[in-house]
Amino acid sequence: MILFIQQILNGLTLGSIYSLVALGLTLVYGIMHIPNFAHGAFYMMGGFVAYSLMTKAGVPYWPAILCAAAVSAVIAMVSERLVFRALENALPLHHMIAAIGILLFLEALAHAIWGAEFHRMPTPYTGSVTLAGLSLPTQRILIIVSAFVLMVALNLFLRKTLLGTAILAMAQNREGAFLMGIDANKISLLTFAIAGALAAVAAALFAPINLIYPTMGELVIMKAFVIIILGGMGSISGAIVGGLIIGMAEALAGFYVSSDYKDLIAFAVLVLILALRPEGLFTKGMR
Amino acid sequence: MMNKFSLLGKGGASLFFLLCLFFPLLANNQYQVALMTNIFILALATLGLNLITGYTGQLNLAHGSFMAIGAYTVALLMVKGGWPFWPALLVAVLFTGMLGALLGTVALRLKDHYFAIFTMSLGVIILLILEKWDSLTEGHNGIFGIEPPEGFGLIDFHQILPQYYLALVMLLIGLLVMWRITLSLLGRTFIAIRNSEPLAQAIGINTMRAKLLSFTLSTCYGGLAGGLYSGIVRFVDPSLANIAFTFDMITFMLVGGIGLLFGPIVGCVLLMWLVQSLQFLQEYRMLIFGPILIILVIYFPHGLMGYLHLRRMRRLTRQPSSNATATTKV
Repeated sequence: MILFIQQILNGLTLGSIYSLVALGLTLVYGIMHIPNFAHGAFYMMGGFVAYSLMTKAGVPYWPAILCAAAVSAVIAMVSERLVFRALENALPLHHMIAAIGILLFLEALAHAIWGAEFHRMPTPYTGSVTLAGLSLPTQRILIIVSAFVLMVALNLFLRKTLLGTAILAMAQNREGAFLMGIDANKISLLTFAIAGALAAVAAALFAPINLIYPTMGELVIMKAFVIIILGGMGSISGAIVGGLIIGMAEALAGFYVSSDYKDLIAFAVLVLILALRPEGLFTKGMR
Repeated sequence: MMNKFSLLGKGGASLFFLLCLFFPLLANNQYQVALMTNIFILALATLGLNLITGYTGQLNLAHGSFMAIGAYTVALLMVKGGWPFWPALLVAVLFTGMLGALLGTVALRLKDHYFAIFTMSLGVIILLILEKWDSLTEGHNGIFGIEPPEGFGLIDFHQILPQYYLALVMLLIGLLVMWRITLSLLGRTFIAIRNSEPLAQAIGINTMRAKLLSFTLSTCYGGLAGGLYSGIVRFVDPSLANIAFTFDMITFMLVGGIGLLFGPIVGCVLLMWLVQSLQFLQEYRMLIFGPILIILVIYFPHGLMGYLHLRRMRRLTRQPSSNATATTKV
């Protein structure tokens, strides 16, 4: 039983990280219909920036995370401004190639600055909390709580502020949003910035129990794509629920079935679900 | 539209083949010949990807994984089964094609990004199986000691030169078959589906059957290229199935000209030599290559061959007397 609860906790941790990454991906998809493979690179840069600030500059954990979020947000905005906006009327395939170009560039940049080795990020939260005979690592609790707080904050921002509703409006109906006087360029920049920041926070939260290396974003971004397909592309609640489902499935199957194949779970789940239900899990008639 | 055999004109195509034919004489060293051999194999695989993605409009992110299946089929049959190369190659093509038909039946019910992410997942699953099924695939270590193809008479495929011409001949056969496909009614059916699937359906095309045929054929190309890769490189590891490799092929296709017969080959030759010439930068070469890729996509969205084609079209339309026949013949 204790082992089972521990796996649930692991699943929640993984799921929180996946949800944060998938949220940014789905927001960008909703606004601009870009399958942004560079999102994994924003995630990776966030991890590295937080790591360097902590180990080289001695910045404490939370300010380091904030700086990482800012840096990734800026990188995301620059990619939007320089690359995706220039491709506004291009085919989806061109967006994807451009995104791959950004991904290759940022990975090479990380490689040039930090090298190809694996780094482990320090964390001030090394202990664990004992609750009803269960020992729960603090960092994992922290990940779940922070991710939850961020999701609530994002939700409030999207629903209660003018800028947030502008993002939602543009995702629902582009032309309608333009007619209401929404500045599309500003909203795309903002969406990219939010997506980059979320990815960076996810990376910096996850890094202490994982590792940091230039290609760390690749598997995560592929799983995030699986999540937003399952949750319905562009759907915010879908990204959160999908992330948690994949995180749980991975943790439980990795423990009870085979840890060798745990990275396969997300993809196998997608293949099975789409083979049985080509329209996806939560989609509203859209394919 | 832009689906005709030669966009450089017949002259350009002939020049290209003459260059390929005499390239070993022009090359400075054996390494360049071996590199060019590899490029031909990659181009053969990319030709297949161009059929399903360029002509039929379905973005297949598992193409590299299908190539890996072909490569592993040959490697395993030869090293663990003691088969000769040629029958192993035939089985590799058939097996990859069968797997393609099977997976395609499920995958092609999905559209757009759903199809792309579905195939991406298939690719990752194939990669992970190749990595983790140690007892069969030797995992990360890959399979060594694959014998080269058995020669005919004086031809000995242990040497670099016969390998080069083997790859060239295979590429030419692949190109010829692709040319016949794209000129046929079938090829036009594929293009109709790319341009608008509902419209194709409305004019009575069985789109599922056509897409499945295109997908199966494209995986056969992948299997053939993979099998050839095993016989010539004589070593396979799971990295072939990595999505990064499929991204490479998509890039070749797009830079050369997507949905154009010669696009994949031109893109492949160009970019492989570009990456090669940036080799002195070592692991930093992507710092240059990434931005070049972005610039190409922004300023040459139809690829190099598409750009040449458009220029030619514009020139032809300026001379109204010749355009009626010329535009249909180029």
